[in-house]
Amino acid sequence: MHSELQQDLKKAARDSLPVLAGYIVLGMGFGILLSTKGYGVLWALAMSVLIYAGSMQYLAIDLLAGGASLLSAALTTLLVNARHLFYGISMVDRYKGAGRKKPYLIFALTDETYSLVCNTEGSHCYCFLVSLLNQIYWVAGSVLGSLLGGILPFSTEGIDFALTALFVTVFVEQWKSTKEHLPAVIGVAASVLCLLVFGADSFLIPSMVLITVTLFALKFLRKEVRA
Amino acid sequence: MTDLHSGLLIAVIAAVTMLLRFLPFLVFGNRETPAFVTYLGKVLPYAVMGMLVVYCLRNISFVASPHGIPELVSVALVALLHIWKRNTLLSIIGGTACYMVLVQVVF
Repeated sequence: MHSELQQDLKKAARDSLPVLAGYIVLGMGFGILLSTKGYGVLWALAMSVLIYAGSMQYLAIDLLAGGASLLSAALTTLLVNARHLFYGISMVDRYKGAGRKKPYLIFALTDETYSLVCNTEGSHCYCFLVSLLNQIYWVAGSVLGSLLGGILPFSTEGIDFALTALFVTVFVEQWKSTKEHLPAVIGVAASVLCLLVFGADSFLIPSMVLITVTLFALKFLRKEVRA
Repeated sequence: MTDLHSGLLIAVIAAVTMLLRFLPFLVFGNRETPAFVTYLGKVLPYAVMGMLVVYCLRNISFVASPHGIPELVSVALVALLHIWKRNTLLSIIGGTACYMVLVQVVF
């Protein structure tokens, strides 16, 4: 049992290295920005522990600094984080029987964590360790950024591309793992289409709707063909 | 801005985020999973990863310089490296280094 835990930890640490790079950098960016608005390290810590959603926390800086209303904060969060519904739906079966680990597994299901756990054969323990390590990286990054401010001796501009690169590798990995490429094609095509129509700030929800409708249409059409 | 209002804002954002993450499990978690959720669970990961890549690249402007060249070149490099070597770390480090050089030095 003990060595199983060690193996899971080793694998989780190795698999989450790309997230380590991305989260430390993005977390630091968040901490730095937040401190320039007059919110110190405790605020950064509280937000990264309690909210734990990267792009939303960047937006939250503006909401805090601008004194947004609670209602508009709730609506913004709803729109920006609606994609998490997708992660939940696709992990419902996977996280069945996770027991005491389940609440945290669900709480910590960020984009990056999802990309690491969505296709893994790994145990719930492995998924839990990946989730926990990722949040530790994120919290550490935020706190570091808040404390250090802008005094880094070299330019890290562009290092946040690590997260984009992570999603691209997962996309390629998934592509190679199956002969059924239509869902992947639908995901890209529907998102690009909605991005062109609705613009960068509001294309996510239309994309989710279009993806869902198209996936069900696909299933329905296949059934028709077979019948 | 008072600390109280800031604290409330953080609480609201955290609560809505949690709601979105927990909702599918609260609705479908404690009974036999409906067939359509099982179906979505099978196909969504493929579609969502495509959506996330587009999401990361959403702010590229093809009209304004540098016309999205750093992003597109680096994404292509990551994909090619990954098809060739299938080593996640190598693909990510290669692509990110390429992107950093492009945005800091070239463009």
